[in-house]
Amino acid sequence: MATPPVHITRYATPLARVRGFGAAKSGTAHWWHQRITSIALLPLSLWFVFSAAMLAGKPYPVVALWIGHPFNAALLLATIAFSAHHVAAGLQVVVEDYVRNDGAKVAGILAVKGLCIFLALLSALAVLRLVVVRVLV
Amino acid sequence: MAEFNLPKNSVVGTGKTFPAPTDATKVKSFRIYRWDPDDGENPRTDTYDIDLDKCGPMVLDALIKIKNEIDTTLTFRRSCREGICGSCAMNIDGLNTLACLKPIEDVKGDVKISPLPHMPVVKDLVPDLSQIYAQLRSIEPWLKSDTAPPPDHERLQSKEERAKLDGLWECILCFCCTTSCPSYWWNGDRYLGPAVLLQAYRWIADSRDDHTGERLDNLEDPFRLYRCHTIMNCARTCPKGLNPAQAIGQIKQMMVERQV
Repeated sequence: MATPPVHITRYATPLARVRGFGAAKSGTAHWWHQRITSIALLPLSLWFVFSAAMLAGKPYPVVALWIGHPFNAALLLATIAFSAHHVAAGLQVVVEDYVRNDGAKVAGILAVKGLCIFLALLSALAVLRLVVVRVLV
Repeated sequence: MAEFNLPKNSVVGTGKTFPAPTDATKVKSFRIYRWDPDDGENPRTDTYDIDLDKCGPMVLDALIKIKNEIDTTLTFRRSCREGICGSCAMNIDGLNTLACLKPIEDVKGDVKISPLPHMPVVKDLVPDLSQIYAQLRSIEPWLKSDTAPPPDHERLQSKEERAKLDGLWECILCFCCTTSCPSYWWNGDRYLGPAVLLQAYRWIADSRDDHTGERLDNLEDPFRLYRCHTIMNCARTCPKGLNPAQAIGQIKQMMVERQV
């Protein structure tokens, strides 16, 4: 429902334009998830940064074994899921705020979500792979 | 994309200068946005040098003095001149406020005055607020109750219920907040803006109103409500010291509350 350029004469009343297609009856979940994920990411990010610092410089097998440990793997997967969800929700708002053209807006939101889902899957599979490797070793 | 530059025909040029009388003792320059829809010219900034010793203390006093004594073509809205009607809302020294409540001596250097930002201009300092008025109308800012009022007295409220309206009823609908909100600048056609959302909450919070759920339904929308990103310009600029962002936060909280 993008606004046409101002040079097009519009006789629709201001009230008709403001009411538009009515309320979408959504948006609360999106807003709430953004808050929830940001709260969840506070401890998770701290844990991740602390762990990454501890592992810096360690040889590959040590790091691989650490990631493959169920406790660390679970927290890593949670960090990945919450981060991807949070980034996708945040970038969606940026696209909605600044992109006026409806087609470009939908394409932008889909691209943002697609990229976030792909990166999350990639990261999650990398973690799961090391879980399996640890079991096999 | 959002537009970050003014269109060519909106670029503000330099206008006329009206010097103060030679016997002036305390001169202050007022640089005022001027645009006339009838002359086909770009907007311009006119400069009026005023003798503050022969002018009232508020910016509105200076505007009235200019219109009465120097340039009758200067156009602006004003009515009560005491901060209760909301007519003289404009951007003074970079902040939206009421000209009648803004002391001239609070402004360092020249006093720069322009209309409320990002609204269509009717003339000079008069913005076209028809979209905002329609948005206010759309939230139905009046008491809605399916319960008949008692025949012999008014609808009662406890002191606690009445206290919930404090910080809301004082709004005079000057729209300083709405026009200071970047989110409203970018998406004002769909986002209701802080003033209208504060009004919406004023009726949601009213214990005498029994259409709360319907009111929330009408606001539950990614654009109408959730374009508020708590930028807080609204609370910073409000000439009555209100906090629309807090009212919007209360609405968002109620949206979640009714789902848990």
